[in-house]
Amino acid sequence: MNDHSVYLYAIGDAALADSDALAYSTGVEAGPLRTIVEGPLAAVVASVDRNQFSEQSLHAHLEDLEWVEKLARTHHEVVDRIAQNHSIAPVRMATVYLTDDGIRELLQSRCSELAATLDRVRGRSEWGVKGYAAPVDEASTPERDASSSDTPGTSYLMRRRAQRDRSAHRRERLATVAEKLHEEFAALAVDSRVYPPQDPRLTGRRDEMVLNAAYLVDEAGAALLARLVDAAPEELQLELTGPWAPYSFTNLEAT
Amino acid sequence: MTGDLYPSRSGQLGHRQESTNLADILERVLDKGIVIAGDIRINLLDIELLTIKIRLLVASVDKAREIGIDWWEHDPSLSSGRSDLAVENQKLRERIGELEASNGDRARSPDGAQARRGEVRTDNAARDE
Repeated sequence: MNDHSVYLYAIGDAALADSDALAYSTGVEAGPLRTIVEGPLAAVVASVDRNQFSEQSLHAHLEDLEWVEKLARTHHEVVDRIAQNHSIAPVRMATVYLTDDGIRELLQSRCSELAATLDRVRGRSEWGVKGYAAPVDEASTPERDASSSDTPGTSYLMRRRAQRDRSAHRRERLATVAEKLHEEFAALAVDSRVYPPQDPRLTGRRDEMVLNAAYLVDEAGAALLARLVDAAPEELQLELTGPWAPYSFTNLEAT
Repeated sequence: MTGDLYPSRSGQLGHRQESTNLADILERVLDKGIVIAGDIRINLLDIELLTIKIRLLVASVDKAREIGIDWWEHDPSLSSGRSDLAVENQKLRERIGELEASNGDRARSPDGAQARRGEVRTDNAARDE
């Protein structure tokens, strides 16, 4: 056991120990998943190679994007599969303990906090809504007005300026629309979080993100949310993803 | 596969609208969930999502395209649009040169000349963004 560390995926109820969900997933390094039960709580873990998950190797690995992607996807898949049938609190990626005992101690010492967190998300799931300002049709920019100026340089500048003003104005208006929509969504959710918009280079979309939010909803809430998203104005392109394990609603203070 | 990367809104209730977009997954697994200092201390906050993406892009263009990152293809300064911009820029510069030359004698006021140049510079800066 000394050449292994323990990778922690999620925390749930003790009943997780009997769950089939674990049998069908494998963790990072394709190791089998198992649970560590302590009182009313269970931790979903897998043993990992101690050398691969030492501080030093982790630092090096996290510079390797293929490795990061693989870990992120595996972590997500494990958490996601369990969350389909159980209330769980996902743990942030790359949380590693040296022994099972370290995790037992965690479950013991923060039992009430963890139990309260689980109660909060029980029977609920997280949905993400991103809103994009639909791209402006380039062809709709007005033709050069020949009468405005006879110098091509000046009229070019004026057209550019008008175009900039228009898009700034439009962005402002859509941000207001997005804010109002968020208020409607939040009203039917148990809890919500608003995140900074992702950089357009990260989203891979040209249109600007004006809303990036997460909502914790029960089943009825999810149905209502989907309906509201569908009814949103066309100029704001909304993207609904979920259900996610409640990543956004299980924050504990770091010790 | 690319069709699934950005699931569009859908009215089908109860249907999973899963996101396989790496950016969405990283946003959650790196940033959220229970944050506990395990026995192994690493600072994930050192890893900026954008840095990850850009380095991913450098690592492998095909890989990036596969996971839906292809913004450079639409960025005129990074793709074929570049030469057009350069030509247009050159033309504008020449034109400005001519205007300034022909204005030189008439416009004694240095303020006027500066305002003109300032205007042009602002626009160039905006285009380079």
